[in-house]
Amino acid sequence: MSDYNFAYLDEQTKRMIRRAILKGLAVPGYQVPFASREMPMPYGWGTGGVQVSAATLTPEDRLKVIDQGADDTTNAVSIRKFFERTAGVATTEATQEATVIQTRHRIPEAELTEDQILVYQVPIPEPLRFLEPRKTETRKMHSLQEYGLMHVKLYEDISQHGAISTAYAYPVRVADRYVMDPSPIPKFDNPKMEMAAIQLFGAGREQRIYAVPPYTRVVSLDFEDHPFEATKADHPCDLCGAGDSYLDEVIMDDAGNRMFVCSDTDYCRSRREEAA
Amino acid sequence: MDGSSLYAGGFRDAPVDAAHAFRAAMTAMARPGDIRRIAGAAPPAPLSVAAGTLLLTLCDPETRVHLGGTVDTDAVRQWLSFHTGAPHCAAAEADFALGSWADLMPLSRYRIGTPEYPDRSATLIVECDRLENTGAVLSGPGIRDTARLSLPDADALQGNATLYPLGCDFFFTCGDRVAALPRSTTIRAEG
Repeated sequence: MSDYNFAYLDEQTKRMIRRAILKGLAVPGYQVPFASREMPMPYGWGTGGVQVSAATLTPEDRLKVIDQGADDTTNAVSIRKFFERTAGVATTEATQEATVIQTRHRIPEAELTEDQILVYQVPIPEPLRFLEPRKTETRKMHSLQEYGLMHVKLYEDISQHGAISTAYAYPVRVADRYVMDPSPIPKFDNPKMEMAAIQLFGAGREQRIYAVPPYTRVVSLDFEDHPFEATKADHPCDLCGAGDSYLDEVIMDDAGNRMFVCSDTDYCRSRREEAA
Repeated sequence: MDGSSLYAGGFRDAPVDAAHAFRAAMTAMARPGDIRRIAGAAPPAPLSVAAGTLLLTLCDPETRVHLGGTVDTDAVRQWLSFHTGAPHCAAAEADFALGSWADLMPLSRYRIGTPEYPDRSATLIVECDRLENTGAVLSGPGIRDTARLSLPDADALQGNATLYPLGCDFFFTCGDRVAALPRSTTIRAEG
């Protein structure tokens, strides 16, 4: 058998996911439970993001998939091929050309527009999970806005390390109500979440969908005397020279030599092409 | 209603038509006040194309649908049952409710979710005689500064917004156009 329904999922599953997305958009940052399906890839490979993308794509879309900012890693390539085959959509590596961008752990450096949708793959949607393991309790804490524990955790960072050492999956408060895990993006990306594009989050194994509509207030939690800082490696990119992009540190040899390169491969390549 | 029209009026190409319709509905819900074109279904009178398309896109045997006064006709019931399999129900149990604003009132009849599950609330599809970017001033998530939308009753909708994060969510339909108003939107009556 070689034919699939458009975008792989059956229509009833897509309707269920679509209803969850609408409720997620209506209550920004709230985790909507959904009946996550088995996908032809293992949990941890973006099954949540894939299901959200499948429910969102139209045949005219142009899809970009990134994994830690890169278009050419295994996860990104296989998901892109998955939708090329099952939805017949066009794909691209250029951020500006994409209408739907599925991402694992990064927000592209180029500013996103109103015509774009950013779909995040989320491993653990519950920001309170490592502070309170019981789902029944975390649900109650969200309903009561009982977020003191999260501030205690950030405070313990300061008391032990002198600064908030949480570097990724840095908790945010959405529309002055729900505390949300932005997925394991570096905290460098947090300020970009107040964007023009629609942001959808899918957690397949944990069976949760949540959303941030465009221009929604997204505040990284902090303290007056220890304000939030969007940090990155203090270095320009060794390939394109960008001083404003998030960098990966690459170990070059056994002698301790290393280089810093843009984690967003499309951003780095387009900058080098412009310079050339 | 004769037998033929009961079976007619569904999506021609269900996966693609539903994908287009959902994208319009999602964009409307993500950008309150934005008016989008939504089409694909040809429902029986008095339903608008937009309302019929929303029903086919979002409803199935898992969703309970309430039909308000003027749209609660045999033709609409049969068409909805044939194309979606959605069970009909009273307002208090509805996942989706359909009708004119007068048909659907009072708002207090609908599920608004619970503090732990605010998503378990009704979505109202309100048929409107006009739908334009005038009238009440909207602000909040999804809106850059402010937006304007002709709301049927700004006072009642303001009351719904004060329940946040609980409350109902709304689609307004007119012909083949749709706009949405989630509970998160702050509403200021026309100044």
